[in-house]
Amino acid sequence: MDKIQLAEFFKSLDSDLEVKEGKQYTEVTVPPSKIHSLASQLREKEEALFDFLDCITGVDYGHDLGVIYHLRSTKYQHMVVIKSRTADRENPLFDSVSDIWETANLHEREAFDLLGIKFANHPDLRRLFLNSSWGFPLRKDYVDNDMITW
Amino acid sequence: MLTSFGIINYLSAQSGPWWRVFYDFTSLTKNIDAGLHNAMSPFWTTVTEMVIVGILFLLFYAVIGLFLVYAERKVCAFIQNRLGPNRLGPFGIFQTVADLIKLLFKELIPIKNADHFLFNLAPYIVIIVNFMVLAAIPYALGLHAVDLNIGIFYVIAVSSMSVIGVLLAGWSSNSKYSLLGAMRSGAQIVSYELSVGLALATVVILAGSMQLSVIVEGQRTGWFIFKGHIPAVIAFVIYIIAGTAETNRGPFDLAEAESELTAGYHTEYSGIKFAFFYLAEFINMFIVASIAATIFLGGWMPLHFGADNGFNRIMDFIPPVIWFFAKTFFLIWVIMLFKWTFPRLRIDQLLTLEWKYLLPINIVNLLIMAFIVLMGWHF
Amino acid sequence: MEEKVKDIDTDEQQEYIINIGPQHPSTHGVMRLVVSLKGETVKNVEPHLGYIHRGIEKMCESLTYQQIIHLTDRMDYLAAHMNNEVVCLAVEKALEIEIPDRVKVIRTLMSELTRIQSHELFWASYGMDLGGQTCYFYGLRDREMVLDIFEETTGGRMIVSYNCPGGVMYDLHPNFQKRVKEFLKHFRKVLPEYDDILTNNVIFHERTVGIGPLSLNEAISYGITGPSGRASGFSCDVRKHEPYSAYDRVKFNEVLYAEGDAFHRYLARVEEMRESMNIIDQLIDNIPEGPYAVKMKPVIRLPEGEYYQRVETPRGELGVFIISDGNKTPYRVHFRTPNFANLSVLNHLVKGFKIADLISIFGSLDFVIPDIDR
Repeated sequence: MDKIQLAEFFKSLDSDLEVKEGKQYTEVTVPPSKIHSLASQLREKEEALFDFLDCITGVDYGHDLGVIYHLRSTKYQHMVVIKSRTADRENPLFDSVSDIWETANLHEREAFDLLGIKFANHPDLRRLFLNSSWGFPLRKDYVDNDMITW
Repeated sequence: MLTSFGIINYLSAQSGPWWRVFYDFTSLTKNIDAGLHNAMSPFWTTVTEMVIVGILFLLFYAVIGLFLVYAERKVCAFIQNRLGPNRLGPFGIFQTVADLIKLLFKELIPIKNADHFLFNLAPYIVIIVNFMVLAAIPYALGLHAVDLNIGIFYVIAVSSMSVIGVLLAGWSSNSKYSLLGAMRSGAQIVSYELSVGLALATVVILAGSMQLSVIVEGQRTGWFIFKGHIPAVIAFVIYIIAGTAETNRGPFDLAEAESELTAGYHTEYSGIKFAFFYLAEFINMFIVASIAATIFLGGWMPLHFGADNGFNRIMDFIPPVIWFFAKTFFLIWVIMLFKWTFPRLRIDQLLTLEWKYLLPINIVNLLIMAFIVLMGWHF
Repeated sequence: MEEKVKDIDTDEQQEYIINIGPQHPSTHGVMRLVVSLKGETVKNVEPHLGYIHRGIEKMCESLTYQQIIHLTDRMDYLAAHMNNEVVCLAVEKALEIEIPDRVKVIRTLMSELTRIQSHELFWASYGMDLGGQTCYFYGLRDREMVLDIFEETTGGRMIVSYNCPGGVMYDLHPNFQKRVKEFLKHFRKVLPEYDDILTNNVIFHERTVGIGPLSLNEAISYGITGPSGRASGFSCDVRKHEPYSAYDRVKFNEVLYAEGDAFHRYLARVEEMRESMNIIDQLIDNIPEGPYAVKMKPVIRLPEGEYYQRVETPRGELGVFIISDGNKTPYRVHFRTPNFANLSVLNHLVKGFKIADLISIFGSLDFVIPDIDR
């Protein structure tokens, strides 16, 4: 499907979705509560078949925290970007998609480790690279206290 | 005490033309013995002789060990398109000596929570077992520490005791890698001991004796590998495979598989204790090769075909010691080639190879050999 | 008392946990695998990461795009060129610069040479993981020739840093074509030797065939790309599906197998070396004349927006996701590294196999640890 068809497809899935034509790919914004249902639909629907999760990127937008999913279909080779953001910095909670795409397991752990984004229903949400007392370095308000000064 | 120098009266009775007579080391040992008897009492004679033999074997052990380490590095370098050691002395022959000196001066790291008594004992068990086997091998006519009438039986029985040292090392180190390596090694050596024993038994049937000097003498008219037709060849191949496995060398080096268990049972050893294990591995290889040479390839006996002909006489010009070491080092070279060309087997595949292939083939082979000997079909 | 004895006999109690790594010969870097064993059978593997986590993504947020390129070398050091390339391609796409033909061809050539040297090192280290140490020396011997070619042109052997936004740093060395042809001639001769010593070896077959099988659906779900994915029949070659640089003008086959075991993951890499040689053959004699770089402003500011670019590295799909707020430094950079995604399948593959198979499977996935940790 090309960009226009994809946009129509997303409209047909849920008319509330905010579909935008990005520079490269179709970009869809969903509220955190809808991620899991949308993801499972995208994975299952024959006409779209987004079966490959490229990556999950956690982003700190300053006051919001967001998660960006890059999805691809190995059959049709089309790609879509799913975005979601929440204003809750203390307890940012998104639904885990690791039951839909197994690879999400590590990607979500990475986002948790570096940005403190929590994923509900994740089987094994622990720090990945850093130890538990470390802050969340990719947040924009992160202050590195142990900065080595020469 | 005289018997401990391996007097083969049986042989000295068979003197022939001058070129047929190999130098008999028995006369040398006899002279030394007589000289010592003149100088001191029988008790001190025995003590002196024991000390002399002990020192000779220590020297022999060290020289062979160091040479084999050097040879291994050169052979491996040759296969891998490298130069190998080439700095210390001509062609780097003193490299291993320098390595040994380095290991001697290295710290023996004490392992916390290790069973110190067993931990220190293990390398010595391995070394002692090595010496015990080396004593039984005939290096040339009369050059024997002991010539037991159950020579092969003794060699098989003693050589499998080295597994105790390996198991002790693995257990007492209190390290998980070591324990896994030791357990693997235990399973491996115990299994392959069977094949080694049966392959040698095949030749014992042909030779009609377990005494190593008699077995060598029995090959005066042709080596057993030629005399015994196909069964002897099969037994030889099985022996080389099983012997390689018994020495824990590649492709059967699971006990110290460095990509899995870092160094296996000797992971925690350092300094000279590590060197003992390392040397023991090489001496084991020498033992396996020398037993194979003695049993299948005639030991110190030159290449003979038939009873007495021109070819045999020409071969006799080469001294027996050279024959023995040439055969042994040829087999060692073959075993080294195995290590540097094959990947490593997995533990279950290793045991499958032994219990499902080598052992049944061996038993059938033994029966065939017995039948051939019974019918008198061998040469 | 009896209850206690019973307790010890349960499976949970009999778990034997060993640490493979962080310093271990076959983890190819600093990585720690916590392996639960029962006897020699692996029950569970848990990778512990972060031993060389350098925070490249965080560092990128305070560096300019030209500077980022030199950091990316340090992710997958065996595919340094591709790591550079992916950032350059993303920047060029964002700025909508048309880069000269010569640059495209040079990048493709360099990429394929990188792929060959990376697969050679895989071949070498995989042989060594399985106990065949001779392979290591054969592999490194031939890899040296490629590194020499890199050194001549770029000044670096592994960490080449050859790309820059808009082109490449310097022109090709005059010897480049000659040296590459020499290498190809030599490598065509020695590649059958590789097959003799490893591919056709009985013990090697025993150790790899049927070990750690991965089905097509699992490969897609776990996001396994590169030769590892293609060994399972997952057509995931970015060079085919989304051609970049000069890949749209060369003919090559995507190496695909259906079995997905360790042997076919190995075979896919060996065959890819052959395909890479074919690609180089097609390009080496017609490198177009022209400038080797477009003149760029000293300070690059990407227009506001999000950019995603992927390339095919020897280990799979490398993606870079750049969010720009119009400044000279990116707002957020995320690397989708192939090894990180491939790592997620390790536990699934090794369950029920022996500890020696763990090494075989780990080796066949061809991990570069800095690429996982970043």
